[in-house]
Amino acid sequence: MPSGSALADAGGLTMFYGFVPRSRFLLGTAGYPSPDILQQAICAADAEIITVSLRREGSQGGAFRELLSQLNRRVLPNTAGCHSVKEAVTTAWMARELFDTRWIKLEVIGNADTLQPDPFALVEAARILCADGFQVFPYTTEDLVVGEKLLEAGCEVLMPWGAPIGSGQGLRNIEGLRSLRAWFKDVPLIIDAGIGAPSQAAQAMELGFDAILLNTAVAKAQDPVLMAGAFAGAIRAGQEAYQAGLMERRDMAAASTPVFGLAQFS
Amino acid sequence: MQIELNGQLVETDAQNVAALLHERQIDAACVASAFNGQFLPRSQYESQRLEAGCRLEVLSPMQGG
Repeated sequence: MPSGSALADAGGLTMFYGFVPRSRFLLGTAGYPSPDILQQAICAADAEIITVSLRREGSQGGAFRELLSQLNRRVLPNTAGCHSVKEAVTTAWMARELFDTRWIKLEVIGNADTLQPDPFALVEAARILCADGFQVFPYTTEDLVVGEKLLEAGCEVLMPWGAPIGSGQGLRNIEGLRSLRAWFKDVPLIIDAGIGAPSQAAQAMELGFDAILLNTAVAKAQDPVLMAGAFAGAIRAGQEAYQAGLMERRDMAAASTPVFGLAQFS
Repeated sequence: MQIELNGQLVETDAQNVAALLHERQIDAACVASAFNGQFLPRSQYESQRLEAGCRLEVLSPMQGG
């Protein structure tokens, strides 16, 4: 068996705080050419969970609220743009009231250029929010120790990045992510951020990750709806490949056609 | 009096947060707020009095990744 995950151990079911998702594809809602294309992309992705944010009340707020009610998807609010514990926790409290959910995608950014999480502030904010009854989805790195601290804080899901947000670089530290998967066998792990192509999403799923969260790669595609479907297919393929068990890699060739019965011509 | 609403200085006669939202035609059920940097639960909109120079952030759902 490949190194297991909550997925394998629970008979093929991954659970996010007791919620069993039908789809392993979580989709962000930002940056689409139009609300209509966003809606079509969510359908093409078959995404059950979509991420949203909170911004100052303005002219677009009402329209998006209406769209959300039509979409009828499970909403995962984020704390995007927060750089401190206080900002993130305050945003989470506001999100809980506004979206009527205990789920929060916790982002506490430590570097404005790489949008790398601040692990110290992240753990502190996670501790506060978990103690307050939130179900926290922390955007983190592949760092095992930070992962341990987040679990100690009360998180039951980890969301390591593949690469910096919006970079499309794919899995920048495959060996680190492989270690993370192997170490946290029973913890649902969602690759969040940095995925640029369906092949990269499939690769993550083949490694045994439980789900993929992405936004830019779909929203900024020339045809977001078509790309959403491409990612959905890749994620499904990667998950099935993991469950099927990938063959071991070899350094040298190994003939697949039997040698037995081979004709002798000399 | 003058207060800061979402980073903009505004003049208002409203005495509390609920009245301000009403004045601005903002549906209180569709927003979440922070008063002087602290989360303000919806249940406290009536009781939270405004004072000159106070800061109010009023947020609504938006697209996000």
